[in-house]
Amino acid sequence: MTVGLPHFMALSAVLFSVGLYGVLTRKSTIMALMCLELMANAVNINLVAISRFVTPAEMTGQFFAVFSMVVSAAEIGLGLALVIAIYRRRKTVELGAMEELKG
Amino acid sequence: MSESVNGVVFFMLAFATIGGALMMLATRNVVHAAYWLLETMLATAGLYLLLSAEFLALVQVLVYAGAVSVLVLFVIMLTLRRRSDAIRPFEPGLGGAIVAALFLGAVYLALTRFVAPAVEMPATAPGVVEFGQIMFTEWALPFEIASLVLLVALVAAVWWSREGEDR
Repeated sequence: MTVGLPHFMALSAVLFSVGLYGVLTRKSTIMALMCLELMANAVNINLVAISRFVTPAEMTGQFFAVFSMVVSAAEIGLGLALVIAIYRRRKTVELGAMEELKG
Repeated sequence: MSESVNGVVFFMLAFATIGGALMMLATRNVVHAAYWLLETMLATAGLYLLLSAEFLALVQVLVYAGAVSVLVLFVIMLTLRRRSDAIRPFEPGLGGAIVAALFLGAVYLALTRFVAPAVEMPATAPGVVEFGQIMFTEWALPFEIASLVLLVALVAAVWWSREGEDR
């Protein structure tokens, strides 16, 4: 059977939903960050697939994916630095422990 | 690269990707979850190869499988010192599951109404040489901005995580 663009988009949608579920439910900061990476990954698959099927010569989606990777690499680095900074002050990385702003 | 994507390879890689993501959420050990994330990223690199994006597959292996996984494992080691800390309680999270399922349903509805612009995969795909040429001519300015973003993120990460006496 032939695999087309909708297959890749469906795969990306499923992966994004799994990541969204993880971000919403996990109570560990590190797990939430890992699920964010999963979502960024799903977006990148979509970008590369659309680039391959629609603009194969210009490769626009591939460049977008490269810049998206740069941003998500910066995001995971900053996020993990924040996790370490929070751990220094609180000795915990549970999201439930950070509730000073709760009204 | 032929004109169509190999269905068997695609479904194997799709199974590896989604299965890895599900296992990452199913396992209760954070360290195991980090390894499942690594597996998902490697399967994604295979998907990029299937889409004839060789450079991106290489970057995926280098950045995600190489750098991000090691970073995550280091932070797990630094923050969850005892072995028992890495074992998480079971968190089904019904509300989050409902939101994610609604999102998936909405995207599925959009996909059923989606008309693919080109059903047949274009036969020719430019290689790494063309990719580099376009990158450093057309996308030169965004490339420089991206390097600036990485520099700022690097400095900020060091700044935030340093051992300061003022905090």
